[in-house]
Amino acid sequence: MKTLVWVEHDNASVKDATLSAVTAAASMGDVDLLVAGKGVRAVAEQAANIEPARKVLLADDAAYEHALPENLAPLVVGLMQGYDAFVVPATTTGKNVAPRVAALLDVMQLSEIISVEGRKTFTRTIYAGNAVATVESHDAKLVVTVRGTAFDKAAANGGSAAIEDVSGPGDAGTSRFVSAEIARSERPELTSAKIIVSGGRALKDAATFDEVITPLAEKLGAGVGASRAAVDAGYVPNDFQVGQTGKIVAPEVYFAIGISGAIQHLAGMKDSKTIIAINKDEDAPIFQVADIGLVADLFKAVPELTGKIR
Amino acid sequence: MKILVPVKRVIDYNVKPRVKADGSGVDLSNVKMSMNPFDEIAVEEAVRLKEKGKAEEIVVVSIGPAKAQDTLRTALAMGVDRAILVQVDDAVEVEPLAVAKILKAIADVESPGLVLLGKQSISDDSNQTGQMLAALMDRPQGTFANSVDVEGGAVIVKREVDGGLETVELTLPAIVTTDLRLNEPRYASLPNIMKAKAKPLEIRSPADYDIDISPRIATLKVVEPPVRSAGVRVADVDELVAKLTSLGIA
Ligand SMILES: Cc1cc2nc3c(=O)[nH]c(=O)nc-3n(C[C@H](O)[C@H](O)[C@H](O)COP(=O)(O)OP(=O)(O)OC[C@H]3O[C@@H](n4cnc5c(N)ncnc54)[C@H](O)[C@@H]3O)c2cc1C
Ligand SMILES: Nc1ncnc2c1ncn2[C@@H]1O[C@H](COP(=O)(O)O)[C@@H](O)[C@H]1O
Repeated sequence: MKTLVWVEHDNASVKDATLSAVTAAASMGDVDLLVAGKGVRAVAEQAANIEPARKVLLADDAAYEHALPENLAPLVVGLMQGYDAFVVPATTTGKNVAPRVAALLDVMQLSEIISVEGRKTFTRTIYAGNAVATVESHDAKLVVTVRGTAFDKAAANGGSAAIEDVSGPGDAGTSRFVSAEIARSERPELTSAKIIVSGGRALKDAATFDEVITPLAEKLGAGVGASRAAVDAGYVPNDFQVGQTGKIVAPEVYFAIGISGAIQHLAGMKDSKTIIAINKDEDAPIFQVADIGLVADLFKAVPELTGKIR
Repeated sequence: MKILVPVKRVIDYNVKPRVKADGSGVDLSNVKMSMNPFDEIAVEEAVRLKEKGKAEEIVVVSIGPAKAQDTLRTALAMGVDRAILVQVDDAVEVEPLAVAKILKAIADVESPGLVLLGKQSISDDSNQTGQMLAALMDRPQGTFANSVDVEGGAVIVKREVDGGLETVELTLPAIVTTDLRLNEPRYASLPNIMKAKAKPLEIRSPADYDIDISPRIATLKVVEPPVRSAGVRVADVDELVAKLTSLGIA
């Protein structure tokens, strides 16, 4: 099987989520990569080092700078004549583009696979992770998005793929990028952090969240996450949300602080290696998945914990 | 401008889904069903656009079993003008691609300026239909909307993305999918629930639109995810610190 993996990048460097998608693709067949963007030859050169890649297709055009799906999808559809599967990391940008490609190819997308079971057979979670379905595609070509936490990262170095220029129809003229508010944080990115400290509704407001959660995260070198309730209440930005409809994470250690453990939250973090819960309600559902539970008032326990960690 | 809002009837988000013993799927018998929460947000946004004078008519569509009429009535009670049910047999799950094709056929007739969908159904967690519809209609898409502003011939959509927020401007007609922070849906008042009973609800079938809904993906089996083994309770922070030390992180 010939697969084409879409490389996620910020026009400067390859994003980590790509490497998990490459691993999934490599277990399906040969791997070529697509780097589409503006002024992205350096990104293509970086992508060429990814271990199993045979070839990097480079589409360098202003139309692809912001990964607008209206412009990207026709490019991919053209390239897919030579491929059996289009494989995409299940990030917000990947999820924006892949179904558009699938519809143009007249195939059903396989969303957020967590394993490759056979030529056209995969597993994926449904119902907020309360069920795992084994699914088999009957389409001639596959469009697959890949959950990053479910696959090891391919080696970013050691490969030496050739770079080939390609082009597509360019700007469809129906959409325009206006602006982005991308937060720059000192803390590690959620999807690659080894430790995550998450706070919930109990954290009261933005200032309290920052006073209680951030020092602990700093001490541990951890990323900071949150429940939907904490995001909705404006304690932290939307991209902190962990869960069914936010980010899926699986760090070595996950702290759930003042989070009840609704199924939608669990869906995003229950594959963490060790889960630690601090909650004043001993019956909170979070304790059913926690490896270590502390029933306590977080406003006392968390500062004490931060103080006692070396 | 007309707004089209596709809504799906799904398991209520408060219910914990149970996998059937024979591994054929999730047990939906005697389970509370509701409108997909993201679709409620879409309905609310459409109603607000109408209240602001940006839209004249809102049409809501569901592809689903006869019972999906309840879902459509809920939307009508929230302020939608009329409803279309594309009815299928109870056990039939129509896949996003086929849903998108039916919606495209309806859009060809209705010519909406805006189609507002949820970003994801909380049942199949596909997150595909809006993007697919946009592709089939060859129109722009603003997914995961945090805010929506209709200005002249365009819609400005602020999107929730992995790193924060991104704003795009789309030429109408356009397809928008909702994220959680777009709005907080209203509850329908009793008088509006009564009024909704008199609003038009048309029943059609996929064949009316000449759409083949046979599945492209076979579900071979459905199982429970691995359960985490029970953990331990620590009595105080000192004991927690000791545990963290043994994990090598403190
Ligand atoms: C369509 C949809 C999608 C959703 N997607 C997500 C998602 O992706 N991610 C997500 O997280 N949620 C999601 N939710 C929301 C989810 O259902 C819950 O509402 C949410 O996770 C609750 O957040 P919480 O645990 O912070 O708040 P609550 O449920 O209010 O829990 C607060 C907890 O804090 C504890 N507490 C209070 N004070 C203290 C104190 N002083 N010390 C210690 N503990 C204290 C309480 O005992 C309680 O357990 C979604 C919901 C819907 C409908
Ligand atoms: N059967 C359906 N009937 C009406 N709308 C649907 C249906 N399935 C999906 N949708 C719409 O598409 C959105 C995304 O669904 P999905 O792609 O299945 O995650 C939903 O939030 C609905 O707005």
